[in-house]
Formats: sequence, C-alpha cells, structure tokens
Amino acid sequence: MDPGMKTTRRRIAALLLGLAAGLGAVVADAQERFITMASTTSTEQSGLFPHLLPAFRKASGIDVRVVAVGTGQALDIGRRGDADVLFVHDQAAEEKFVAEGFGVRRMPVMYNDFVIVGPQTDPAGARGKDVVAALRKIAASKSAFVSRGDKSGTHAAELRYWKAAGIEAPEAKDAARPFDYKACGCGMGPALNIGSSSDAYVLTDRGTWLNFKNRGNLAILVEGDTRLFNQYGVIVVNPARHPQVKSALAQAFADWVVSAEGQSTIAAYKVGGHQLFFPDANR
Amino acid sequence: MLSTLLRLSDASVQLGKVTALQHVSLSVRRGEFIALVGANGSGKTTLLRLLHGLIDGNGARRVGEPAPVQAMVFQRPFMLNLTVWNNLRLALWLARARVPRAEAPARALEALQRVGLVESRDRPARVLSGGEQQRFALARAWAVRPDLLLLDEPTANLDPSAKKEVEALLLGFAAEGITLVMSTHNLGQAKRLATRVVYLDRGEVRLDLPTAQFFGPSADERARLFLKGELPWTLE
Amino acid sequence: MNEFAQSARSALDLIVHADATLVRTVTLSLVVSGTACLFAAGFGLLGGAWLAVARFPGLRAALLLLNTLLALPSVVVGLVVYLLLSRSGPLGSWGILFTPTAMVIAQTILVVPVVAALARQVVADGLRDGGDPLRSLGAGPLLAALLMLLHERWAVVTILLTAFGRAIAEVGAVMIVGGNIEGVTRVMTTTIALETSKGDLPLALALGLVLLAVVGLLNIAIGLVQRSRYASVVVHPR
Repeated sequence: MDPGMKTTRRRIAALLLGLAAGLGAVVADAQERFITMASTTSTEQSGLFPHLLPAFRKASGIDVRVVAVGTGQALDIGRRGDADVLFVHDQAAEEKFVAEGFGVRRMPVMYNDFVIVGPQTDPAGARGKDVVAALRKIAASKSAFVSRGDKSGTHAAELRYWKAAGIEAPEAKDAARPFDYKACGCGMGPALNIGSSSDAYVLTDRGTWLNFKNRGNLAILVEGDTRLFNQYGVIVVNPARHPQVKSALAQAFADWVVSAEGQSTIAAYKVGGHQLFFPDANR
Repeated sequence: MLSTLLRLSDASVQLGKVTALQHVSLSVRRGEFIALVGANGSGKTTLLRLLHGLIDGNGARRVGEPAPVQAMVFQRPFMLNLTVWNNLRLALWLARARVPRAEAPARALEALQRVGLVESRDRPARVLSGGEQQRFALARAWAVRPDLLLLDEPTANLDPSAKKEVEALLLGFAAEGITLVMSTHNLGQAKRLATRVVYLDRGEVRLDLPTAQFFGPSADERARLFLKGELPWTLE
Repeated sequence: MNEFAQSARSALDLIVHADATLVRTVTLSLVVSGTACLFAAGFGLLGGAWLAVARFPGLRAALLLLNTLLALPSVVVGLVVYLLLSRSGPLGSWGILFTPTAMVIAQTILVVPVVAALARQVVADGLRDGGDPLRSLGAGPLLAALLMLLHERWAVVTILLTAFGRAIAEVGAVMIVGGNIEGVTRVMTTTIALETSKGDLPLALALGLVLLAVVGLLNIAIGLVQRSRYASVVVHPR
C-alpha cells in the first residue's frame, strides 16, 4: 500500500475515534442525576437560580437544568412531558394545568412583585401606590405603554389590571384613551428596551428591572400595591401521562423548595441589598 | 486475434436538435492507423465518442469478440488535482479488472518511462506543460495495454517540437500492434502517420481510402478535388 | 459609534481574560457546529455528488426542493426537530431533547442542503470537462462524481466553511431544541440572544465580536494550510 494511503487511513481512524468519544461523552451525561425544569425568562433573569439551585444540589445531589421560556411555552413543555417540573407564576393557568391532568399537584412557593416603570418626568401622572389608577391615567394620556403581548404570566397579569381599570382591550383605538399601546410579543428585557428607547411606561417584574442595564430615563413609578404581587407555584409533571418524566427526582425538588431550608434560601437572595422573592409556601 | 475490432453499420447520432452523424458505416480492423479528417463540426469527435462507446449508437455499433480493450486520449487532457504518479495509479486502479493490483506500480513506472516523464512523477499534474500533459495522457492510455487507442486531435494545441514527440510515440504504439483511430485537421499529419484516411463532411463519411490512394497521384477524383482546396482549410 | 468602540474593547477584554464560562460556551459552539458540519459533509457531499449524476424522472423536482431548502429558517428546523424529539413525539424515547446531541442533529439538518446544493454544482461543473475522460477510464457515474470532489477539494473546503458559518451563526434551532440551559446547552449565539433580551447590549455585541474572532482564527488557520500546499507550485499558463 502507498505510504500516503496509510497516513490518510490513520487520520480518518483518529477522527472517527475522536468523534465517537465526543458523542459518547454527550450520551453519558444521560446517566447523571438531573431533572429538567421549565421556568420563565423573568425568573431566570432575576438571578435566583444560580443562588437557589446549587443549594438544592448540595442537599440532594440532583442537578436542575433550567429551560427558561415564556409561561405559555413553559406550560406547553410541561404538557408534552419534556420537563420534569414546572416553576412558573400564573396561578390560573397552573391550576388548569393540574386540573387537566398534566401535573400532579400545585404548591405555592414564593411571590415577587411587579412594578410600573416610566419616564422620570411622569407625563401621565401615574406615580403612586395604586396600579389600577395608574393605568387609567396612562390610558388617558398621550404617553406610550409597552406590553409583552406574549401570553406570559406577566402579560396575563397586565391584562387583569387593565380589566380592573375598566379597559377590556387596551389595544383598541378609542378617542377617550389616546395613549399608544405597543404590544411587542417579546420577553421582559426586549420590552424594557423598547420602553427605554421610546420613553414609555412598562409593567415589569422587579427582578428583571433590578438586573436591567439599559434604563434610559425610566424609573420605578408605581409599586407596593398588593395586587402587584406575583405568586409562584411549583408543579411536578404527571408521570402517568409521560412515563419518562423523572417524577421521583422532581418531587424531591418540589418538596425541598417548600421546606424550611428551601424557603430560607429563597429569602436570602438579594439584588443590590433588596430581597426579591418572599417565600409563602405555608400560606 | 480477431481482425475486425469494431464495426459501425449505418449509424446516426442526434445531439439535441443537431444531427451529428448520419449513415456512417465504418469497420476498424486490427493494425490500422486511421486518420479522421474533416472541418470543425463535421462529426469527428462524435464519431470517436461513438466508437468508444460514450454515446449510444442505437444498435449500429458492433464490437468484436472478445471486446477490444480501448483507451481514449482527448483533445484537452484531463487530469485530477494529484501528482502525475497518483493520477496514473488511479487510472490503473479504475482498470483493475484488467490490471492486477500487484502489477500496477511496475506498469505505471513502465508507462512513464515509455513517454519520458519519469522525473516528473511527483509533480502536480497540473503544472506540466501542454506537451507533457498529452504525453501523460498517452502513458495513461498505454498502461492498460489497449487493443484500440482513440485520439481526438491530440496535437492540436501543441507547439511543433511537442507535436513531433507525440507523433513519434504514436508511431511507436502502432509498431507495437496497437490499432489507432485519430482525428486531425492536419492533413500532413494524416499523410505522415495514417494507413487509412476517412473524410467526414457534415456528419457523413464522404471518403474512406488507404492513405496512398487518398494522397497519391492516382488519387480518386473526389479526393483530388478535396485536396485541391475545395475546403476552407489549408494543407500543412 | 461609541457603543461599538466600547464593545470592541470589551470583546478584547473578554478574550484576554478567557473567563471559564466564556471558554466553555465558545467550546460548545465549536463542538456542536463542527460536529454538525462533519455529519453534513458526509451526507451532503455524497448526496450532492449523486444528484449531479443521477438520472430519474423526479430529478428536476428534487433539485427545486433542494434549492428551496437552502432558505430553511433555522427556527423552523428547530421546531420540527423539537416535535420529533419531544417525549410526546415519535423519538421521545431517545431522551435527547435539551442536550447538545439534539443541537447537532438540528444543525446538521439545517446545513445539509447547503453542502449538497453547492457540492452538486461543483461536481456538475467539473464533469463538463472531466466526465468523458473519467468514463473512458472506467469510472462509473457516482465514482466520477466523487473523484470530481477530490479534484476540487479546495472548493469543498470552502463549501464546508460556508456550512460551518451557517451553523455556528444560527440561533433559532439551537435555542428551541437545546433550551439554552446554562452550562449544558448554552452556546455563543443563544448567550448573545439572552444578553440582548436582558438589555445588556454592549455585552451582547462584545460576545458577537468574540464569536467572529474565533471563526476568523479558524479561517486564518485554514488559509495557512492552503498556502503551504500551494507554495511549491508554479502554474504554467495554458
């Protein structure tokens, strides 16, 4: 055989071995103890997980892999059985999820709150402690309001506040409500980006806001209204629907996060000295 | 040792809308050196491709038993982006049914020696000069020990000295017993090398004569008219 | 302009300090896209070569389909692969959703049409001159096509680089089938998307520059190999 051919064959063999090793490593991780958790982008961006999940890993040896998407998509992932546990903040949707048999049980875990941010000059006069009054004032003004419009938990909450303010469809054009309602169909960060570049009002969770760096002229104008509190629930995905769900490990997570240890870990998480999440599993 | 290697009987070839060949009857006999002459577009290349089996002849093509081993040298030699040696080894591998693996390196060396390209064996084939490339193509063809060698204007793009080298090789092959069919637009070359001349015009064989008859004083009336320059290209 | 200058400086900073997370993210990008390109090379080069010489009634339609697939949006590929690999889907038992393996599969599917279409063109062009000679030497159609790829191997390298560029730059497919899980399936492009959505635009831009720098280095390396191969060759004018 030509010496050239020998070297080529050796090179090909080495390449194939390397590939096999690489793929083997990837497949091997399937043997590790881990669960997949579907949660929301706003929760991930609050920075809670790098604080909370290592503590759980230490306590249980179980790794938690977080897929962070919108609430709607998170619930869909759960319905498909592609996640083992859900950690979202839309109580109505969560209860429906369990009622339809996709989840074993819903347990409350903690709450954080929403705030309304807007231009510091506050042209609509929304500043205060009342979210419903603030929305009415914004609607009556010439200002802009940016909505996520993406069926997320935040979006669902926003629509509830509009309804409470007597406005069924904020996007509808109405002479009595000259404000500019922009629905972007996007996450909290992009919505805030649009808000900051157009000096608009935005309903946001405090966590994303505290981590948000592109603030422009925006500042917190409305906070403290109890209606702005955002309740989180944890649901183990039902193994009866999808036998591959790692329900035992998922249950371990759910049990830990509502336990004294889990709850105190949640309370200990602070951003810029502010506590972001308030544990309430024992409500 | 059969005497007729290939026979075409009333062959016609359509290439798209054009009739490239019509009513062509031709027998190729062992030991002949046939020159195909004619203007560009007269069908010489198509006839060669038909003889080689690259085109379908609708049953008009009959091959002698056992089938003669054929090789073809094209006007522009095609070589892969490899060294001269590897190109030759590849060609021998492609012909592995006829060339046993163990023999291949020896055959390759022999072929390069035959055409005088041994010092170039490790050079990339693409850097050879035009004449060297054509000699390589001849080496590649000769290495499989063909019964029949087809050539499409092999010296058309070569300078005079390269042309001389190639012609010498072709005569050498003929002396070894290889049958050759070569198209050329160079009548002098046809006279120098061929035993038989076939004249093609617009896809048809107009004349098919032994060389002496084609060029000689006792030449055929039609041959004389043809040679007198009724055609738009000159004697060389 | 100031933002770009700032980002360029950050990019340099990031590269120099080579923070562990960044290195891991870059490595994962390279491994996922590189592996996908290797698989796509296997399927695409063979498929493209075959299409250049195949003769069957639906060939025209197949080529039309191939050219249409060049415009496959990455997010659509991601969606289709997700539905296949989901535990609710036909291949759920494989259990590879939200893993790098799924990302490799998605990117391979995305990039195979690119390799196949370009390889087909290279082979078809080459066979115009080389088809008859190769046939004359005894090569069957598929073998002639593959020899043509060997002949035009630097064109093939360019094709694979193009495919690699498409793979490493896409975000739609890997986001959906990978889930952008920190430390597991987070690659450069999904990190950039994440930082953008968090509003940290300078960091996102800087990461983009880092990604370009890495791919640029790869291209320089390949260029050096190419030049060293050709250094000793003087080409005679034809």
